[in-house]
Amino acid sequence: MTTPTKDRSEYWRKNIGIITWCLVVWALVSLGAGILFAPMLNGFSIGGYPLGFWFAQQGSIYIFIILIFYYAWRMNRLDREFDVHEE
Amino acid sequence: MDLQTLSIIAVGLTFVLYIAIAIWARAGSTSEFYVAGKGIHPTLNGMATAADWMSAASFISMAGIIAFAGYAGGAYLMGWTGGYVLMALLLAPYLRKFGKFTVPEFIGDRFYSTTARTVAVVCLLVISLTYVIGQMRGVGIAFANILNLSVEIGLYVGMAIVFVYAVLGGMKGITYTQIAQYVIMIFAYSVPAIFISLQITGSFLPQIGLGGNIAGSDTHMLHALDQTMVDLGFGPYTDRVAMGRWNMFLLTLSLMIGTAGLPHVIVRFFTVPKMSDARSSAGWALIFIALLYTVAPAVGAMAIFNLANTVHPGVEQGQPVADPESNLPIDQQPEWMTRWAQTGLLAVDDLNGDGRIQWYNDKNATYVAEVAEPAGWAGNELTVNNDIMVLANPEIAALPNWVAALVAAGGIAAALSTAAGLLLAISSSVSHDLLKGIFMPTISERSELRAARISMGVAIVVAGYLGLNPPGFAAQVVALAFGLAAASLFPTLMMGIFSKRINKEGAITGMLVGLITTMVYIFLYKGWFFIPGTNPLPDDASGWILGINPLGFGVIGALLNFATAYVVAGMTKPTPAAIQDLVENVRVPRQA
Repeated sequence: MTTPTKDRSEYWRKNIGIITWCLVVWALVSLGAGILFAPMLNGFSIGGYPLGFWFAQQGSIYIFIILIFYYAWRMNRLDREFDVHEE
Repeated sequence: MDLQTLSIIAVGLTFVLYIAIAIWARAGSTSEFYVAGKGIHPTLNGMATAADWMSAASFISMAGIIAFAGYAGGAYLMGWTGGYVLMALLLAPYLRKFGKFTVPEFIGDRFYSTTARTVAVVCLLVISLTYVIGQMRGVGIAFANILNLSVEIGLYVGMAIVFVYAVLGGMKGITYTQIAQYVIMIFAYSVPAIFISLQITGSFLPQIGLGGNIAGSDTHMLHALDQTMVDLGFGPYTDRVAMGRWNMFLLTLSLMIGTAGLPHVIVRFFTVPKMSDARSSAGWALIFIALLYTVAPAVGAMAIFNLANTVHPGVEQGQPVADPESNLPIDQQPEWMTRWAQTGLLAVDDLNGDGRIQWYNDKNATYVAEVAEPAGWAGNELTVNNDIMVLANPEIAALPNWVAALVAAGGIAAALSTAAGLLLAISSSVSHDLLKGIFMPTISERSELRAARISMGVAIVVAGYLGLNPPGFAAQVVALAFGLAAASLFPTLMMGIFSKRINKEGAITGMLVGLITTMVYIFLYKGWFFIPGTNPLPDDASGWILGINPLGFGVIGALLNFATAYVVAGMTKPTPAAIQDLVENVRVPRQA
């Protein structure tokens, strides 16, 4: 049996929504906090790290990891919701 | 035992291990040869991907590049890791669902055109061949610098080892070897880093140490480093952007997109069993990469801090740098400095003949006028190669010889693992895309497997030849590889999945526009085909269009690719219904 078209486009619409939010965070932490707003953020610090410098050389990488696992977890749930998951 | 003997033993043991894996993991079918039979656990694939990705440059040079660039070195750290988010969200799961063997194969099927497939093969070959030259060279140089053997011997030995496990095992052999290489590489990188961090900051974890205090004081290490770098005319370490913020932005984004579009990394995600595994496997890959990439900036900062304080011992105590007592007498250099001077990676030249070393930024005109000239300095007297920051670490930290031997094995593992991944991408696109896909579609499975092995052998010989006789542009080509991956393959793959409107006409013109504009923009500043002196425009901020550094052009090429594809697709026949179904099919893991 094939998936009803409506279900399939709903699944894809939700996926695009999750991707969009993840990519907004992705851009904000790296291109935003790590580069564009770094001079401003360097006024704050985390331990001995100026905050903008921390985002550019440490923080972005940690947040990237969290983003990928969040996306993987969220999509696994979505796959089950729409009953399209692989066994 | 002396360092050389120990290093040769360490490297020799790793080679025995790689050959043992090769014998155990032979490939019996084309599926095993191209994609390891799609049976690799996502965590193990993450580890193999990390080794595939982290090259000799990541292992040996990156810490030094960051040390000399300071804050702006973050462009490489964010660019080369941020690409995995794009890959996990936009490409890897769908290409895995498509379920075939190569990246050009997807492009050919999705855009129902052997022309599209051929253009993709050309992009793949340009990207991977330029990249592999640097890796083969990296194997040779690691041998030369660490084991005191010639670059040629290192290269031949490296070729022979890769030949055994890549020809026998294909992707299957390469995967298990890469897992072993990752373990060796990360252990070799971490041990000296932990000791350096303990020595300088008293903290066991380099990531904490970098943000911590100098051991036995309450001054932040980075704060002291900022001050020292200002004293030497380089500008504050944590806020130095020599390339300019606009170019840091473009370079970061171009490296991210380029990373996501590198075919030898994408195919690693074809080896996991399921679509959901491809998503999580990218996360695992990034964890394993981060174990090195979050340590590298700490190693770089601590090593340069240590170097500054060695050469200008008075500065840390607050003496003015112009005071002769602040500068190290040449005859009192520590042993590691004199040892590395023999390799040419470090050079001292007493320009003003005062018997002391002055290391400072002689390109900083204000500093030269206000500090250097009044003090009687005649120019910077110390030149340090980027690679020293990692290679000399064990000696700087006074660690036993076996640690230095481990670093040798780690550097060679990093170069071999990346070379093997690239060679697989090259050989499978020759045997599967060109031979089976275009010239001899009726070839049997057994003949194709033989062809795959032969093309692997040929690829190794070609890469080895280019490594021995590097074209003059070897240093520039890695930037070219990332720019081309960003401008040609990434946008086309992404549109193939996310837009049903894009037809073959759109995809082909888009890829060509991305490829050609990026190449031309790089050639304008680096010379046509990198021939020195043929560049029509000067390669500095005065000549760059809109101030765009050619290294950061990939993102612009990608935008041109997207725009061209949409315009052309809008003016030509829509995508056939069967292809629209194919797109629907790769978007979901399974039909309900």
